[in-house]
Amino acid sequence: MGLIKADEMTLNIGPQHPSTHGVLRLKVKTDGEIISEITPVIGYLHRCFEKHCENLSYEQVIPFTDRCDYIAAMNNNFGYVLAVEKMMEIQVPERVEYIRVIMAEYNRIASHLLALGTFGLDVGAYTPFLYMFRDRERILDLFELTCGARLLYNYMWVGGVSHDLPVGFMEASYRFLDEFEKNINEYHNILSYNKIFIERSADVGTMPKEVAIDYGVTGPNLRGSGVKWDLRKDEPYSIYDRFKFNIPVGKGLMGSVGDCWDRYWVRAEEMKESVKIIRQALDKMPRKGDVHEALPKKVRPPKGSIYFRTESPRGDLGYYIISDGTPTPLRIKMRSPAFTALSALSEISTGWMLSDVLVILGSLDIVLGEIDR
Amino acid sequence: MTIDNLILWFQSWLPFNIIVLFIIAVLIAALVIFAIMAVNALVAVYAERKISAFMQDRIGPMGQGPGLHAAKWGLLQTVADTIKLILKEDIIPKAADKKLFITAPFIIFLGAFIALAAMPFGPALIAADMNIGIFYILAVSSFGVIGIILAAWSSDNKWSLYGGMRSAAQIISYEIPAALSLVAVLLLAGTLSMQGIIESQAGTIWGFLPNWNIFNNPFSFLAFFIYFIAGVAETNRTPFDIPEAESELVAGFHTEYSGMRWAFFFLSEYGNMLVVSGVTVVAFLGGWQSLLQGAMEGAWWGLFWFLTKMTAVIFIMIWFRWTFPRLRVDQLMTVAWKILLPIALFNLFGVAIWTLIVG
Repeated sequence: MGLIKADEMTLNIGPQHPSTHGVLRLKVKTDGEIISEITPVIGYLHRCFEKHCENLSYEQVIPFTDRCDYIAAMNNNFGYVLAVEKMMEIQVPERVEYIRVIMAEYNRIASHLLALGTFGLDVGAYTPFLYMFRDRERILDLFELTCGARLLYNYMWVGGVSHDLPVGFMEASYRFLDEFEKNINEYHNILSYNKIFIERSADVGTMPKEVAIDYGVTGPNLRGSGVKWDLRKDEPYSIYDRFKFNIPVGKGLMGSVGDCWDRYWVRAEEMKESVKIIRQALDKMPRKGDVHEALPKKVRPPKGSIYFRTESPRGDLGYYIISDGTPTPLRIKMRSPAFTALSALSEISTGWMLSDVLVILGSLDIVLGEIDR
Repeated sequence: MTIDNLILWFQSWLPFNIIVLFIIAVLIAALVIFAIMAVNALVAVYAERKISAFMQDRIGPMGQGPGLHAAKWGLLQTVADTIKLILKEDIIPKAADKKLFITAPFIIFLGAFIALAAMPFGPALIAADMNIGIFYILAVSSFGVIGIILAAWSSDNKWSLYGGMRSAAQIISYEIPAALSLVAVLLLAGTLSMQGIIESQAGTIWGFLPNWNIFNNPFSFLAFFIYFIAGVAETNRTPFDIPEAESELVAGFHTEYSGMRWAFFFLSEYGNMLVVSGVTVVAFLGGWQSLLQGAMEGAWWGLFWFLTKMTAVIFIMIWFRWTFPRLRVDQLMTVAWKILLPIALFNLFGVAIWTLIVG
């Protein structure tokens, strides 16, 4: 390869393509199957999130954060309400803190399940995708039980959550967690340690530590490259300092550190850690308490600005909020982890084959709603 | 019932010229083969949907079918699909090479269709018992690749072109290990005729094991796996479905096809499955020979055994598809040229030695 030089062909992947995980367009230059240049074109899902925020009150922004990363809406709510609460110096009740952590971690599992499942689809395995959706479905059922919504929850409010946990939530949770822990091994059997899957993902699209840091890649993608960086541990927010859990990092078990398989594996292991957190939270949670107790009458943060970041399933999700003392934020900027991950795509996927590029894209686990905002 | 027999039978009571009788007989045989392919597609698609559903913790199609809703089991789902396909708009892209675009699906279909002419469905059920039967099947089943390239090229679509090029490389590569593993069988059988190969597998080993080629000796056992893997690759099914890899190439070489034209691709895919599983059964699993020695033999039992074995092989193909991820195009070539081909060559050598020594 490389000796024969043919004419390069420009190929347009997307915006309507089964593997672009939304409406992403990739302009690729190909020499046969080999990709020599790749340019992501974004903006097909741009909905003026940040501009909208400037015309809405602080509470009204919450549903918009849902729609950014629609796969992990709880985590988006979480970061936003924490930022506003910090500006207003609101202390929420213990029970609310625990409920929020439980929901965020459940949503993290649901998001990772989708990421792993669709990654499997990119590699060509159809069945694991449906297995993972089966479990994701049960998490969504739990969310539906709690707040009535299955995808866009608007669950976390400034100073509380919209609904208390319903009767039967605890039992259903424990039942789900028991079964889910076993199912993770099932996924490993059918997908993770499948020879073909390893061939396709190990040593493919390796993202070295330095590249990941240079591009500002965060979350499982960064940890897949072997950097132990997780805001839940390194900059604990909410009550994450009370839980015992590990941060899985890519070790290059099947190939080199930071390949697609490592990114996949980190997500799979993170689900186990999330299960641990949920179990601890369920055990320690105060059994009684009013979740609406600390809701402020008016959400009107004092003049000033704040940058607050949390660990969403995709990485550091930051909110930069400028308040001028009115009920409407002057400016909200969202720092999207998927955006930075996508920016590293052309760096790590140049020189790979067409099939690999889509696998690498799948392993980065991008959500276009969050990239375009 | 071969075509020759049919002509003889017609001659006994029809006062026509032999050429007319020949045409009538061939048409009848063609109709039967077409019916076999169509029924196979209907049943196999339904089976595939249901099997995949059960493997994936779903229930699959349930709506269409006779009876009350709960008892329908989606039995008529494929019929409904067919009607949908017939009613669909037939789109030919403006930039397409119209003649080639229209011809391509038929060429692909033809490959599977004429291959079935030499398929022995029973002791007396074969359209044409040629003395070069297996050679003929190998030759015509690679015919389809021409259609694939034509379809890919004439669509004027980059994705189709990718699919077509991949497919051409893949099918041609996998022909070689497939053919070499079949040569091993020919050494054992000493004939190229399909019926001859089956007849050579009569009897038992050690009194209980049927004397099928798969059990005959260690080398033919290995040959079975080589042929089966190569056969799955030739049918373009997962884990070798890179020509139509959905997540990469949208739909590969048939991206631009719709309606019945697309259905012909579909029909020939299932037709190819039929051919590959048929050859597997004939060459390695004793064809229409009974599993139980001396029992359940005869013309109709032969058909029963053949179809049962074929169904089992097709089931394994379906099982593959819903279990494995897909290989990358260069890995696919590696498997063919660096793994299967050397093993097949070594294997051929082994079988030759075995036939010399053991007999």
